[in-house]
Amino acid sequence: MAELSSDFKLYQPVIGNNTCYHCGAKTSASGLIQFDGKGFCCAGCKTVYELLYSQDMCTYYNFQTNPGISPPESGISSRFLYLDQKEITDQLLLFNNGQQAKIRLDIPAMHCASCVWLLEALYRLDNGVYQSRVDFLKKQLTITFDPRLTSLRKLVELLTAIGYEPELNLEKLDNKVSQFSNRQLYIKTGVAGFAFANIMMFSFPEYLAMTDTVEDYIQQFFGLLSIALALPVLFYCSADYFRSAWQGWRQRTVNMDVPIAFGIISLFIRSTVEIVSGAGNGYMDSFAGLIFFLLIGKLFEKKTYDSLNFDRNYKSYFPIAVHVIRNNHETQVSLDNLQVGDRVHLRNNEVLPADAVLISGNGLIDYSFVTGESQPVHRKSGDVLYAGGRQTAGLLEVEVIKPVSQSYLTGLWNEDVSFKEHSGSLSVLSNTVSRYFTLVVLSLAIGSAVYWWLVSSDLAINAFSAVLIVACPCALALSTPFTLGNILRILSFNKFYLKKAEVIETLASASVVVFDKTGTITRKSSDRIRFCAADGQPLKLSRAQKKMFAALTRHSGHPLSQQVFRFLEEEELVWLNNFREEPGAGISALIGEHEVKLGSAAFTGAGSSEFFPFPRVYAAIDGSPLGYFEIQSQDRPGLDMILPALRQKYDLLMLTGDRSTEAEKYAALFGSDRSVSAEQTPFDKLDNIRRLQKNGATVIMVGDGLNDAGALAQSDVGISITDDINTFTPASDVIMDGGVFHRLPGFLKLARFSRIIILVSFLISFLYNIVGLAFAMSGTLSPLIAAVLMPLSSVSVVVFTSAATYLSARRIGLSLPFGRVGGEERN
Amino acid sequence: MSVLLVLIAASLFVATGFLLAFIWAVRSGQYEDRETPAFRILWDDKPANNDKSNNTSNH
Repeated sequence: MAELSSDFKLYQPVIGNNTCYHCGAKTSASGLIQFDGKGFCCAGCKTVYELLYSQDMCTYYNFQTNPGISPPESGISSRFLYLDQKEITDQLLLFNNGQQAKIRLDIPAMHCASCVWLLEALYRLDNGVYQSRVDFLKKQLTITFDPRLTSLRKLVELLTAIGYEPELNLEKLDNKVSQFSNRQLYIKTGVAGFAFANIMMFSFPEYLAMTDTVEDYIQQFFGLLSIALALPVLFYCSADYFRSAWQGWRQRTVNMDVPIAFGIISLFIRSTVEIVSGAGNGYMDSFAGLIFFLLIGKLFEKKTYDSLNFDRNYKSYFPIAVHVIRNNHETQVSLDNLQVGDRVHLRNNEVLPADAVLISGNGLIDYSFVTGESQPVHRKSGDVLYAGGRQTAGLLEVEVIKPVSQSYLTGLWNEDVSFKEHSGSLSVLSNTVSRYFTLVVLSLAIGSAVYWWLVSSDLAINAFSAVLIVACPCALALSTPFTLGNILRILSFNKFYLKKAEVIETLASASVVVFDKTGTITRKSSDRIRFCAADGQPLKLSRAQKKMFAALTRHSGHPLSQQVFRFLEEEELVWLNNFREEPGAGISALIGEHEVKLGSAAFTGAGSSEFFPFPRVYAAIDGSPLGYFEIQSQDRPGLDMILPALRQKYDLLMLTGDRSTEAEKYAALFGSDRSVSAEQTPFDKLDNIRRLQKNGATVIMVGDGLNDAGALAQSDVGISITDDINTFTPASDVIMDGGVFHRLPGFLKLARFSRIIILVSFLISFLYNIVGLAFAMSGTLSPLIAAVLMPLSSVSVVVFTSAATYLSARRIGLSLPFGRVGGEERN
Repeated sequence: MSVLLVLIAASLFVATGFLLAFIWAVRSGQYEDRETPAFRILWDDKPANNDKSNNTSNH
């Protein structure tokens, strides 16, 4: 048997399931690309494998099957030339002394252990590399290299060639040093924990009611040590709470930190007085414990955001440098130095970074990012081109007429809404609660002080400070970050990435959901194409016809041509002559003796052009129309399920840049004709959202691409949807993976549950407060009771919120990140 | 009972040592990235054999 199976292996090389050994993509059955007995989907993947094979680096494939990323098809030879410019590299490098240089690159494609291995073994592929270190969570690679042996350009080209193209953009240039670090918080927590544990040890005589058996001088020694240990906790660890409370107080907004600050101060002062006067041992243990628990809550909150840092603006969409013609020479100029009047060369597939006038060349500009219109538009010399357009038909020469920062696209971003501020403090709900809470606590404290004043002034001060101590809302302060943090994790695990925890509360209170169409409701990549005869009946093309159309479309850069070419799946190509492309009309060529035409109805002689719900490409051979290719965009799966589900809770709206014929189909799904608005410019969308908000609605906008950028920013919660994490997504509060679109109602439901969970946990912590207050107001709060109540309430709130969030997520049917969260919480 | 004072002093001394060790660990960047080292342990051949600069210096 053993022999048989090994024989079997010999005849069945590792081309399992026709998947690429490198990247796991489907390989085409006919034109299989093979090397070393393995199948690959494209030459790029094979090249990467060959490179790794030649360096004896196939360990790469050991940690995960098909770990690779298919490298970009187009040549990378000239794309990174600007990285040879000293002024640009100086901005990018963290450090450079001529012998050693250091660069930190963002590599979004990094996804598994194999990636980490390969990226850290970079020195084997380029001997100028001293060391490369990966930070997997941040998807960053830090390379230390010798600039005499290699260059930044070579490194970036190498990374691109093996499929890990770094994200290089202006935004990164701007804030390369903004390394957010939690070190301070860790140390503060550590110090507070240290003090907490030691003070507890000194309080043991009190806990065990041994005060009679322990001598006085030892008691006093313990007390003084407690004060010494509590000092750093007061001045170092809790400084942030005082600062925040003071700020809140000055702005006349009472936040959660105000009662906390009160509690901290009265705890410390009363304990110090008791210890120094020899009246007792004080509450220093509760004091340090309180700060310790609060800091743990803060740490938890911070950690949740760390992996979710995705602020982006237009700069991450633009190139770093452009080709500028100066003194008849093409040089690379970084965008910062681009001036009005510069002549710029724009190559195929490059994005124009500033508004400009077309000087020469055949402009076929794809504005889909800006306007949402999927068809590229033709522009001739003298026309104005707007920034954000992508040239799709050969080289252009343009003259810049507006600075980068004032162009159309950037104007959309800067339109005063773009970066709305969420309230700075922890959360809206808990702020409302804490305002009343503070008032109640203060009046209770004063009330009980007044009451006890009649008996004795000592008792009054005692009761007053005890109320402030016991009411210190530690559990209250923990409930919101823990609930929202847990929900944030669950949502991220389900590929619904929130920028801030506050977004959850806004999501929960939303009343209107607005959708964009192209790319949001429909999917960009999965267009369905069919060929129809002139009467609209599907028609099968003959092999010869297919070959001719494939040959013709292959020569055109027009997106529709490329879609048709991909649809035809023809690998054998025939020769053609007299290829002509008429902008806005179509393409034609002589193939053999046949004249083949593809394009608009008028161009191919099929009649006059009308508007159809879907774009059509008409085909004609030798002057006789054959029919047309119809390119249908496909709805996202589950759309017909989620819209009715959402309609029960929300008003739904669709705003699209498309023509109304195409939009009307969705009227039924959205409820009525009025909820579908077509032919909306990006500014119209923004205005629409604004109008809804004026009427008191809290608006969720679901969109993609730049055309929605203004609306996403204006809305209360902007959800940008993406099918490929690596492509551009505009700044928004949420980034949602296109694959989980059908779970949107579930996400919103979980957000609504979070409110209930927070409210219940508030109730729980109030219960503890009431019990404690009873002790405090009756003047019988002992340090032991304080030391027990405080951690008990905190722990039970944390346990409750965690359990409740996970249970409700499970009920909704979301996947749960159990293994990971358990591990992370316990550090 | 006065022996307690000595014991307390000793225990505080040891605990402070641990606190300082913790602070050193945080400052040297060991808490920055706790994901990637978990992958590194999977590798048999040490890729970092020309580890010239250490990870802690430039953070």
